[in-house]
Amino acid sequence: MALTVNINGETRSVEAEADTPLLWVIRDEMELTGTKFGCGVASCGACTVLVDGVATRSCQTFVGDLDGGEVTTIEGAKGAVAEAVQQAWQDLDVVQCGYCQSGQIMAAISLLSEIPQPSDADIDSYMSGNACRCATYQRIRAAIHQAAGQAEG
Amino acid sequence: MMGIEASRRGFLLGGGAAALVVGFTSKGLLAAGGADARDINPFVTIHPDSSVTVVVKHFEMGQGTSTGLPTLVAEELDADWGQVKVAFAPADNSRYANLAFGAQGTGGSTAMANSFMQYRQAGAAARDLLVRAAAKAWGVDLADVRVEQGLVTAGSQQASFGELLEAARGLTPPAEPSLKDASQFRLIGKTQLPRTDSKGKTTGRAVFAMDVMLPGMVTAVIKRAPRFGGTLVSFDASAAEAIKGFIGAEALPNGAGVAVFAKSTWPAFQARDAITAAWDFESAETRSSDQLLADHVALLDQPQYLARPGSDFAATDAAIAGAAKVVEAEYHFPFLAHAPMETLNCVIEPTAKGVRVHDGSQFPAITQPTVAAILGLEQNQVEIETVYAGGSFGRRATPTSDYQAEAAMAFALLGGKTPVKLVWSREDDLAGGYYRPMAAHRARIGLDADGKIVGWDHRVAVQSILKGGPFEAVLVHDGIDHTSIEGVADSPYAIPGFSVGLSDAETGVPVLWWRAVGHTHNAYAMETLVDLAAESAGKDPLAFRLELLAGDDKDRQRLSGVLKLAAEKAGWGEALPDGSGRGIAVHKSFSSYVAEVVEVALVENAVKIEKVTCAVDCGIAVNPDVIKAQMEGGIGFGIGAVMRDEITLADGEVEQWNFPDYEPLRIADIGSIEVHIVESQEAPTGVGEPGTPPAGPALANAIRAATGKPVTQLPMTKSGIDFA
Repeated sequence: MALTVNINGETRSVEAEADTPLLWVIRDEMELTGTKFGCGVASCGACTVLVDGVATRSCQTFVGDLDGGEVTTIEGAKGAVAEAVQQAWQDLDVVQCGYCQSGQIMAAISLLSEIPQPSDADIDSYMSGNACRCATYQRIRAAIHQAAGQAEG
Repeated sequence: MMGIEASRRGFLLGGGAAALVVGFTSKGLLAAGGADARDINPFVTIHPDSSVTVVVKHFEMGQGTSTGLPTLVAEELDADWGQVKVAFAPADNSRYANLAFGAQGTGGSTAMANSFMQYRQAGAAARDLLVRAAAKAWGVDLADVRVEQGLVTAGSQQASFGELLEAARGLTPPAEPSLKDASQFRLIGKTQLPRTDSKGKTTGRAVFAMDVMLPGMVTAVIKRAPRFGGTLVSFDASAAEAIKGFIGAEALPNGAGVAVFAKSTWPAFQARDAITAAWDFESAETRSSDQLLADHVALLDQPQYLARPGSDFAATDAAIAGAAKVVEAEYHFPFLAHAPMETLNCVIEPTAKGVRVHDGSQFPAITQPTVAAILGLEQNQVEIETVYAGGSFGRRATPTSDYQAEAAMAFALLGGKTPVKLVWSREDDLAGGYYRPMAAHRARIGLDADGKIVGWDHRVAVQSILKGGPFEAVLVHDGIDHTSIEGVADSPYAIPGFSVGLSDAETGVPVLWWRAVGHTHNAYAMETLVDLAAESAGKDPLAFRLELLAGDDKDRQRLSGVLKLAAEKAGWGEALPDGSGRGIAVHKSFSSYVAEVVEVALVENAVKIEKVTCAVDCGIAVNPDVIKAQMEGGIGFGIGAVMRDEITLADGEVEQWNFPDYEPLRIADIGSIEVHIVESQEAPTGVGEPGTPPAGPALANAIRAATGKPVTQLPMTKSGIDFA
């Protein structure tokens, strides 16, 4: 069936069943491949996107349940917070294999939108659903602090 | 990475000018010529716009090779880092071999070590050509030409690299270009070089094999036997017909399962779930983990091989019998999955001359002939397009090219004319075998009244990773698989009466190298045993180790060096609050030396990992920040695994389903990691793996310091340890 998805500032029509996970619509139908598949059960966070600005696991979100919500993927990440986060990630060379980092970055953007000056405990709590097998966690924590400083200043 | 600075000065070369390529011929000689020259194996290409492409022969799984190898070229070429671009080498075993293997592939933490001179020479040869071209064009002495940050100058004359291409093209590079002295390094050893893959991986633009989308591409997933060694009897796909996007299902020709085809990933997963299959388990592994472990432990009584030269169990036994004190311990280690974030996958597409495989290709030297054999092609008809790999930790380097072989079979089943993406789910990954093998260790250590070791009886039972595979001839000697006992049998500690026995366990579970291979269990046993021995001797664990490492042996000196540095930075010996503990461990692996100190605190009897302090000696530190990142990651990988990860079997079936059952290290699990690098002028050695082995035992030693409890059953949760 034809469904309408608001994504990265555009309204796009896709052919998909309503119970298809948003992840696969984003990746296979829209070919926005920055959002990753890691587990399919909302346990690793690699598929994290923003829905109305809030971090959401796209692998466990049915595309039919979006209900007009605005989806933002890494390709559409914009604005002061997103730029500060991406810049901090680059400044601190956070990435290793990089596969989880789109999800980490989207979660960090969501965190800073909610808590502009997070503590270590805030970061650990908010980011604990985003797994990184390369264990880049220490740099993720530092990059979020740096981005918090820049987005404020 | 950074943009390319185009020349702002007057005489730009015409757009049609070919690039200058410098590299090595298949005979290992330096050669240069136009980009269209065929007998050149390029490592360095200089383009008319002065950008420099470095061809990287090792794949990038996060370890930093696509930053490290270009650093070597840029250093000797005196290029500006902003000029440098990266391309991954095509599959070409004859020209892009790993010099440590003699074949193209990445592993064993060898990328930097084997490339260090080769890539510097490639950069130096390119520089030499540019210098001679400038001297000729300007009529000046070679000695008057300087190259700095991508600019060639002599007095008032100056030119960009691109401007000198025409003059350089006819010149022959030197057989042995002169290399810089370490004191002249501008890039090597400097921390500020950004990773070349950082931007792509922070914007979603970096391409992994999973991201390759081709017109008409079909997704394939495999329904595999639920027990290792099971074979397909029959299957029924009728229930899948109703799934939109389902294309069809075919039995794999090797009997290993059913290839399920769909127009995209989601319907492929759904269709596979709907398909039922019957299996023959006649040759399958049907034991449960408890039985497998008992079978390993039973092998400890009678070692099959004496694994350390000079081993004499009777003499060791006599020494221990006469000892004042005896320390005993038995260790159990589980199977471990690699679980890279990007599940295994690759894409095969037809080309005019054969096929192209898009893959985060760790062993092109094996994948290329494997795919060719399955498809009935000549090796050179199989092209490999290497893309970023979303982690590996060893999993993408199987001696069978297992997932690429599946993709080739699926591609053939579909007729060989349709691009196919083979995808593993996380469930496939965790249940898919190729694990770090299960292992059992038993040790008895005798100490005299002065706390000196008089005898050490150490037995290991573990399944051989290498036997029956292509590496057996190289790495198995006198029946002993070196990876089974590395880090125990060759321990640099001065241990009198040290006998090491090995027995090969046999299971139907495929096993594989897992970040740091045998060191993962061997270092754990050795470094926790040394701590137990130190306690028995009434000595400080650091001082006890330094005693065992006394003398002018180079290994011992470098191990002592990292021990002292890590201890000093960690505040070893300083008082800790009650309920806290510090543990130390040191280990040599992949020719590098790493010591780690872990600090834990007990929070309502649960262990909180507060801090890890690491010191590494890996020779010349080419990219210090990449080295730090590899230590951080190696420590996290090692600690996460020993905390709570295991793959278990129930009647031969894997019990773990997805990440909730195989919980990766999370951000809240470790407080901070601090890495210190020993200054060294030794040749560079590995960093991808050596951070992992000391992490587990350092944590175990810290827990014992805090709780008094030795941790010998892994994962630690099995030893009754809770983590905060």
